[in-house]
Amino acid sequence: MKVSLVTPLNRVLGLGTASGAGEHWWMQRLTAVALLPLGLWLALSLARLPGFDYVTVVQWVQRPVTSILLILTVLAVGYHSYLGLQVIIEDYVHAKALKVLAVMGSALAHAALSIAALFAILKIAFGPVG
Amino acid sequence: MHGVSRPLSPHLTVYRWQITMALSSLHRITGGLLSLGAVALAVWLVALASGSHAYSGVREVYASAWFKLPLVAWTFCFFFHLANGVRHLAWDTGAGFERSRIRATGWAVVLFAFVATALFSWFAIV
Repeated sequence: MKVSLVTPLNRVLGLGTASGAGEHWWMQRLTAVALLPLGLWLALSLARLPGFDYVTVVQWVQRPVTSILLILTVLAVGYHSYLGLQVIIEDYVHAKALKVLAVMGSALAHAALSIAALFAILKIAFGPVG
Repeated sequence: MHGVSRPLSPHLTVYRWQITMALSSLHRITGGLLSLGAVALAVWLVALASGSHAYSGVREVYASAWFKLPLVAWTFCFFFHLANGVRHLAWDTGAGFERSRIRATGWAVVLFAFVATALFSWFAIV
């Protein structure tokens, strides 16, 4: 669902927020709602692991349900964290150039770390049994 | 605008501290710290995918005595941000803004965060 708070007339006239604030607001809420069950699942799963030795953790990640939920968690965390940090940067970094660079750096770091985490999950999931 | 120093309107400093503003700041602070925690989780996953040798190196750091402090702190940040996030989602529907209610839910979130942190730390960290 695509939510727009801009009235049809204002959209035609080109009025409304300049940088997609409605989209930002919506995606922040959407990822927040996704992270309620995903976050609780991750916390409970980690607490219930018998230990954190290599074999135990690999076997846990390799279970299909774990792999799938971990991938969903990484996607939601990556997006939610990116949106949150963007707001923090925009509020506290006032110099225009520095602000743009900080938001860019944050976006690249979030993309890189999210893809690294996703790759790691897939490699473990499809790799040899721990 | 830049370089012109005009008097600013009274900001946060003129208000008496209340739980509502304290938790509002804490929501942002815990969110920022959780982004750092997510980095630690990504490092953990990549180490796990890199094999038992790489994993044991990261595990040594994560299991060390000094690392319990950031782990417990991240746990608190997680449970606080989660519970206070529910509070924010409820506000998005227009509910819970009455003064008595907004304070009660605030204290409930604080209580939940401490209890959940204690339980999780007991089972998974200490």
